[in-house]
Amino acid sequence: MIEFRGVTKRFPDGTVAVEGVDIVIPPHTTTVLVGSSGSGKTTLLRMINRMVDPTAGQVLIDGVDVATREPVALRRSIGYVMQDSGLLPHRTVIDNVATVPLLRGTRRREAYARALELLETVGLDRSLGDRYPSQLSGGQRQRVGVARGLAVDPNILLMDEPFGAVDPIVRSELQQELLRLQGELGKTVVFVTHDVDEAFLLGDQVVIMQQGGRISQAASPAEILARPADSFVAEFVGVDRGKRALHVTEVDGRRIVVDAAGRPAGVLAS
Amino acid sequence: MNVILDGIAWILDPVHWSGAVSIPQRLWEHIRVSAAVLAIASAIALPLGALIGHTGRGRELAVMVSGGLRALPTLGVLTLFGIWIGIGLAAPVISLVILAIPPLLAGAYAGFESVDRRTIDAARAMGMREAQIVAKVEAPLGMPLIVGGIRSATLQIIATATLAAYIADDGLGRFIFEGLKTRDYPEMLGGSILVIALALVVDGCFAIAQRLVVPAGVRATRSREHRTGPVRLRADMGQPVTEGNHR
Repeated sequence: MIEFRGVTKRFPDGTVAVEGVDIVIPPHTTTVLVGSSGSGKTTLLRMINRMVDPTAGQVLIDGVDVATREPVALRRSIGYVMQDSGLLPHRTVIDNVATVPLLRGTRRREAYARALELLETVGLDRSLGDRYPSQLSGGQRQRVGVARGLAVDPNILLMDEPFGAVDPIVRSELQQELLRLQGELGKTVVFVTHDVDEAFLLGDQVVIMQQGGRISQAASPAEILARPADSFVAEFVGVDRGKRALHVTEVDGRRIVVDAAGRPAGVLAS
Repeated sequence: MNVILDGIAWILDPVHWSGAVSIPQRLWEHIRVSAAVLAIASAIALPLGALIGHTGRGRELAVMVSGGLRALPTLGVLTLFGIWIGIGLAAPVISLVILAIPPLLAGAYAGFESVDRRTIDAARAMGMREAQIVAKVEAPLGMPLIVGGIRSATLQIIATATLAAYIADDGLGRFIFEGLKTRDYPEMLGGSILVIALALVVDGCFAIAQRLVVPAGVRATRSREHRTGPVRLRADMGQPVTEGNHR
């Protein structure tokens, strides 16, 4: 379990990235932090592995304040996947995946064997292990990024807009893949995105953040749609417009669901 | 053309290829002093450049100091140290070290700075220590520019090491100064041609080295993008990412 208690981050130049945040991130579920740029979602994520230290408040993992943990050891125990994969360009795929286990002193042979397994876990062929990141497609690189994040079998996986830089078709593939993986592995995933659809698709809990690093609502997607906390949330997730404002009309005796613009979205089952 | 042919004839004359002050002996001295200068200057400038490039601090100071050092006329510095320390190799070595530091420093910090900030950020987020980031990420990726700095410093050292003969009995410069004094222009020209040839050969070696140190993964990108020149990825210069990025 990850817990934010009254967390504030003020940068030296005076900007407040995050203010007075309290959230509980339950274990073995996916929590998605969603908000526009400048809402402090990435700062919040990076506080978990001490890439950013809060100026006030505490971040606790299983009841232990991360401020008491040595940053390097802490980071090696947490998986991190970033936008554009963040792979080391001068190392092969297999070396990238095995980086953290090797830093932690795992034997080379063992680390490589595990890395090859992980490539299969994320849906890549083992033969890609000898390639360099620049020889892969964007989607493949992102899969390698996920494999690297999983390399030390961490309990926590942090994902910072991991699918932001790939095209929509690949993004949708990667999202499905993540859902499958999460079904198998049951990690505590903290995922940052600015895409509400992605948040609703992946999140067990969705945390909606607004400018100035305040939390507007933290709830399941269904709850957010049913009871948006305020007008900002309602506006942000678009409950009253576009493809979320659905209604039913009857066509030739079947009930069809159409969106706000009157375009059919599907058929109402039973 | 005649003069140059005379110079070449002087080099080819077997008389000059044996004895205590032969061409091989002077060539060896020249290489020896250049290598010593390069080693000393590298030991000072490369760690300093790495520190500046890694932390992003002190860059302005480094630019200023190396700009100032560049402006110093080496012959003047040499004379100054010569008067101060006396005849011998110490004064030319110090002068040449001063000459070599700016390009080495510039190459080193440019090399470290050229590494994509996001790559460094990812390495840190994975749990690499700062020293590991320097040794395993920044140094290999910045190597082409670092070697470029060494290359240009070496070229300057070899060319300017002729001045060592001004106050020491050392190096290919001896032929030039001796030829000047005795009005033996073929000898003078022969010495100059030898210096030029040495500089070109060494520079050629560095050109090859510079290609070889481009990491394989980076080379793969370049060939795909059909780029020939060095690629500099420079996300915001200076400060490394220490806070939340792309907020």
